[in-house]
Amino acid sequence: MRATPKDETDMHVNRRSFLCASAAAAGGLLVSLYLDLSAAAPERNQAPPAKVYPPEAFVNIRPDGKIVITVNRLEVGQGAQTALPMILADELDADWSQVIAQLAPAGELYKDPLIGIQMIGGSCSIPNSFQQYRELGAKTRAMLIATAADRWGVPADQCRTKDSVVYGPGNRSARYAELAEDAARRPAPTVVQLKGASQFHLIGKPVRRLDSRAKCDGSQKFSLDLDLPGMLIALLARPPVFGGRVRGFDDREARNVSGVRDIFEIPLVTGSAVAVVADRFWAAKQARDRMKVDWDLSGIDHPDSLQLFAKYKEIAQMPGNIAVRLGDEHAIDHIPASDRIQAEYEFPYLAHAPMEPLNLTVRYDRDRAEAWAPSQIATWEQAAIAEVLGLRPEQVTFHVLAAGGSFGRRGTTDSHFVREAAAIAQRLPGTPVKLIYTREDDMKSGYYRPMFVHRVEVGIGPDGMPITWKHVIVGQSFVIGTGVIQEAILVKNGVDRLATEGTDDSPYTLPNMHLSVHHPKANVPTLSHRSVGYGHNSFVRETLVDELATRAKADPIAYRLKLLKPDAKKFRTSLTLLDQKSGWRHRLPRNHASGIACSEYNGTCVACAVEVSIENKRPRMHRATLAVDCGLAVNPLSIENQMQGGLVFGLTQLMANGAITLKDGHVEQGNFDRYAPPYMPDTPVSIDVHIVPSAEQPTGVGEPPVPVIAPAVVNALFRLTRKRYRSLPLTTV
Amino acid sequence: MATYELNVNGQRKQVNVDPTTPLLWVLREELKLTGTKYGCGISACGACTVHVAGIATRSCVVPVSLIGDRPIVTIEGIGNDPVGRAVQDAWVEKDVVQCGYCQSGQIMSAVALLKTTARPTDANIEQSLGGNLCRCGTYVRIREAIKRASGQLT
Repeated sequence: MRATPKDETDMHVNRRSFLCASAAAAGGLLVSLYLDLSAAAPERNQAPPAKVYPPEAFVNIRPDGKIVITVNRLEVGQGAQTALPMILADELDADWSQVIAQLAPAGELYKDPLIGIQMIGGSCSIPNSFQQYRELGAKTRAMLIATAADRWGVPADQCRTKDSVVYGPGNRSARYAELAEDAARRPAPTVVQLKGASQFHLIGKPVRRLDSRAKCDGSQKFSLDLDLPGMLIALLARPPVFGGRVRGFDDREARNVSGVRDIFEIPLVTGSAVAVVADRFWAAKQARDRMKVDWDLSGIDHPDSLQLFAKYKEIAQMPGNIAVRLGDEHAIDHIPASDRIQAEYEFPYLAHAPMEPLNLTVRYDRDRAEAWAPSQIATWEQAAIAEVLGLRPEQVTFHVLAAGGSFGRRGTTDSHFVREAAAIAQRLPGTPVKLIYTREDDMKSGYYRPMFVHRVEVGIGPDGMPITWKHVIVGQSFVIGTGVIQEAILVKNGVDRLATEGTDDSPYTLPNMHLSVHHPKANVPTLSHRSVGYGHNSFVRETLVDELATRAKADPIAYRLKLLKPDAKKFRTSLTLLDQKSGWRHRLPRNHASGIACSEYNGTCVACAVEVSIENKRPRMHRATLAVDCGLAVNPLSIENQMQGGLVFGLTQLMANGAITLKDGHVEQGNFDRYAPPYMPDTPVSIDVHIVPSAEQPTGVGEPPVPVIAPAVVNALFRLTRKRYRSLPLTTV
Repeated sequence: MATYELNVNGQRKQVNVDPTTPLLWVLREELKLTGTKYGCGISACGACTVHVAGIATRSCVVPVSLIGDRPIVTIEGIGNDPVGRAVQDAWVEKDVVQCGYCQSGQIMSAVALLKTTARPTDANIEQSLGGNLCRCGTYVRIREAIKRASGQLT
């Protein structure tokens, strides 16, 4: 008994990708979050044996009937902690009302089955663990049935299951809880029959989150809420410019603060900092604020956003390393100036600013250590702690705690905050120490979405469709030079794919295309940010295509559908559904306008229509309609939630204060007063979400909605002001 | 250090802390009521919202020394109030939360709104919850949940 032939094909791809990732991982420290499987390294002849996941590591059927399912992913709000148990519970025929989810600690068995790291990122939880969790559920069910069949002396195929009960011939029945102990002694079957889609009782249904109640009554424990006996709190006095070093410090006043335990210097990934350790947060903060640190800022660059933009714009005049060269790169020369659009775009640094600032707890016990952290990449961070403490990874017990948001921030390229906490704990053996970033520490600590400049020239044919597309992108790479696993996969010809995605895979027919990239260096740490390269590339593409549609006097959806490549199937389905569901576009009040945009992310496509007016020189969003094609919709309720939330997240770069800027090396924003993400009044009053019916493999939904809203809004604004908005943040309209 | 007697969720609690300590950290670290969250420390995100004498208050900027005998209600206690319970139920019903970190503050702000305005309009909701930041972007569901709770209560 095996899964369907289609599954076979998928398994082959999965194994091959896993091999490639593992082989590259041997090279050294791992860094980014993203693995583009379509760009995987050359074929290997031998696939490794498929990894076997023992059900007992994932499912625990307790005597009281509760079924505890272990989730191999950090929960940051994306809903994996509900969706993965749903998938397993469906194949298990479990009584959903009895299911409890728990987050797995760092461990070999909990690594992503395709990528070979325990991680979240790239919206990969469902696509990469769908098959895995189905098989785990089906295997567990088979073990329970076999146990019941043996007890009753009947053939297993005469037994069926429903709601955590096995039913046999002659009105026999046994609850899973009665069978579990014996079932666990049986070997897990190596092959197992999976359900057909018509047999699903949870998959495809709108299922509420398992963690809702705890998050509404204050009982949910986040990392910052961890309380251990004897625990101390640490804050860091960090250098005012990235890479600054402590030359000396005066801690006399700080030590006078009641409750302060110790003050010492620790190394940072670049530069150093002073750690202040106290009994309580408030004491640590008061002491930290009284520290007089003499910083050595010599020999390090003091980046300045205005200067960087000026430099980037200058570089953008010249072609860079080639990412795409299609057709005739000189075709533009044959197009009259009146049929060309030249556009230059600016995108600032963006902070992730999750609601829960960075924090984690580490206890060092000389021959071992224990850590409690919300980490997007648990197995790397376990290794990073081990490295700092001179231990082996298996000597570090790493508990994964729920995170108050992340958006990429807790999946750093260098595990910097985990290393900092380990370095502090090393000075205080036997004592659990929680390192807390204040909001200011979190916002000023870097690891931003990089700044970008795009310069594009489009040549338009007599039919109003683009003939040539010449595009230069300038921005830092957070992959190149890191020596990490993804570098070999993502970087080709000096081009980091994470900077070009959204343009290099444009869904539109562009007969002559030239895309080149510059990756200047800047003394600002940068990082993946929810939707990664699509956040800026889709903005450029979708605003320019809108401009083309306007010139062609075509409906923006109809124009896009006409321009799509024949194989851009999910773009077509989502745009078509959007067209059907956004009839309101044609009946707008006076001084209201609609805007359209679409984007993709790792196999999911989202199309958006938004209704906008202008109030107080700001866009006011009245409603948004989204259509999404994400293959099989595992949990439509969660998909709706992610679409709505991702849209709001994508509005950050439209906010007047939606930018991180640097002046003479100093980050100018430190809190939500000067870096202001969208609050409720800045967002649409209603967001309706429509899912394209599909039986294809499920793809992720966390990142795909983020890129669509910003271009859709400025496309709508154009209809009201006749102005194109190409520099973000959107300061005035 | 000074000793304060606080009335929290209907119980008398004694704490011995620095007078400048914000109420937030007294709740979280002394009383172990960690449902109230730290998000910004400058009254800019609303994650720390509690009720002080019935008024939605940013506990991150209120020194404990200013509380006096005003009763404090936190997310851990709001479920004992019929409006609080209805709001929590509506939040679950509407599947509002994502990461959930800001939701204690959102709920406390919503309860305060519904106690003064039984049938809030969208504008009322924006005014009362306009300072509660949610990075997961759950705002449309928050609106729906408030309206549902309002419908259940009136």
